[in-house]
Amino acid sequence: MNPKSQRLIILFFFLTLLGLSTFLVLKSLEDNIVYFYSPSDINKKILSNEIDLSKRIRIGGLVKENSILKKGKKISFKIHDGIDEILVTYNGILPDLFREEQGIVALGKIENKNFSAIEILAKHDENYMPKEVSDMLKKNGKWKGK
Amino acid sequence: MINYLANPNRFLNFIKPIEFSIGVFSFLFIFIGLYLSLFNSPEDYQQGDTVRIMYIHVPFAWFASFLYFSISIASIFFLIWKHPFADIIARSIAPLGLIFSILTILTGSLWGKPMWGTWWVWDARLTSMLILCIFYFAYIGISNAFPRKIDGSKPAAILAIVGMINLPIIKFSVDWWNTLHQPASIIRFDGPSINQEMLIPLVIMLLGFLFMSIFIILINIKTNLICKKYQSEILKLG
Repeated sequence: MNPKSQRLIILFFFLTLLGLSTFLVLKSLEDNIVYFYSPSDINKKILSNEIDLSKRIRIGGLVKENSILKKGKKISFKIHDGIDEILVTYNGILPDLFREEQGIVALGKIENKNFSAIEILAKHDENYMPKEVSDMLKKNGKWKGK
Repeated sequence: MINYLANPNRFLNFIKPIEFSIGVFSFLFIFIGLYLSLFNSPEDYQQGDTVRIMYIHVPFAWFASFLYFSISIASIFFLIWKHPFADIIARSIAPLGLIFSILTILTGSLWGKPMWGTWWVWDARLTSMLILCIFYFAYIGISNAFPRKIDGSKPAAILAIVGMINLPIIKFSVDWWNTLHQPASIIRFDGPSINQEMLIPLVIMLLGFLFMSIFIILINIKTNLICKKYQSEILKLG
């Protein structure tokens, strides 16, 4: 075998191993890599006792319609992921994009099945369009989601 | 074709007549692209004017990843076929890629503050982009770490190939895990989810970045070839 094809085989072998090991590492760290849990993830984790309730976690989902309640600076709302929902309470400044059916990510702790948040971030979606287009879609009833 | 151009002198002769027009193209495309994206494209229905950051953020991010891919391909050529010119090409790409990756992160956090409410989060997309930036630093560091530059070529090439594994992670991080960063808008199965009026300036910017990258890399290749020639002349004298 000439040295070139030998090097090629070594490289191929090395890349396969590297890819495989990276896959295994990422797979086993999945729980730490996800930036937030959805309400249904949380409920599953509570049922199976996989979650440390004293630790801060992040949850994410869409703000449920007609669920926003404001009392002075205190605010409470529900977030959902189409399957489950969870009540979030928060005391602080909301991001500009915060509104009904907007995706958000909240950092905080679970207390009596509710989520008490200390930080709320807006999650932007992948749709980019001018305002006129979104208005027209809404008018024609072709608006999906937000 | 590749074999023919792998000789530095033939390569220099080949690029001489087209080099200037590549520079003109990059200037034109970026000029028109910037005009369209800053003055002649609509505001986004949610982001307002902040959407205009996207027109430079996306090209920076794409080319930071694509240039890294080119470095690793050149490094594979260097390691297996031992072709010194592949090493020169890889070295010439690295500084530009590093700058692009830094600017991706900077423009991204300028966008993130008003939109998300934070400059930086440790989600999978942002973190893997930071890792790309660190790989660029490491590549440049290792390839220049030895008194005889050529001694750094092999370890740097190996590093570049190891870092290639990060590229699919950057691209698919938004699909594999929950991230704060939004999923892909342009390359996706059901077609772009970005309005055409915004897609056109972005595509023009991407073309401009392509020409600009080629133009700058060609300059770097020429400089590196001259440096190498100079060093070998000195060795001959010494």
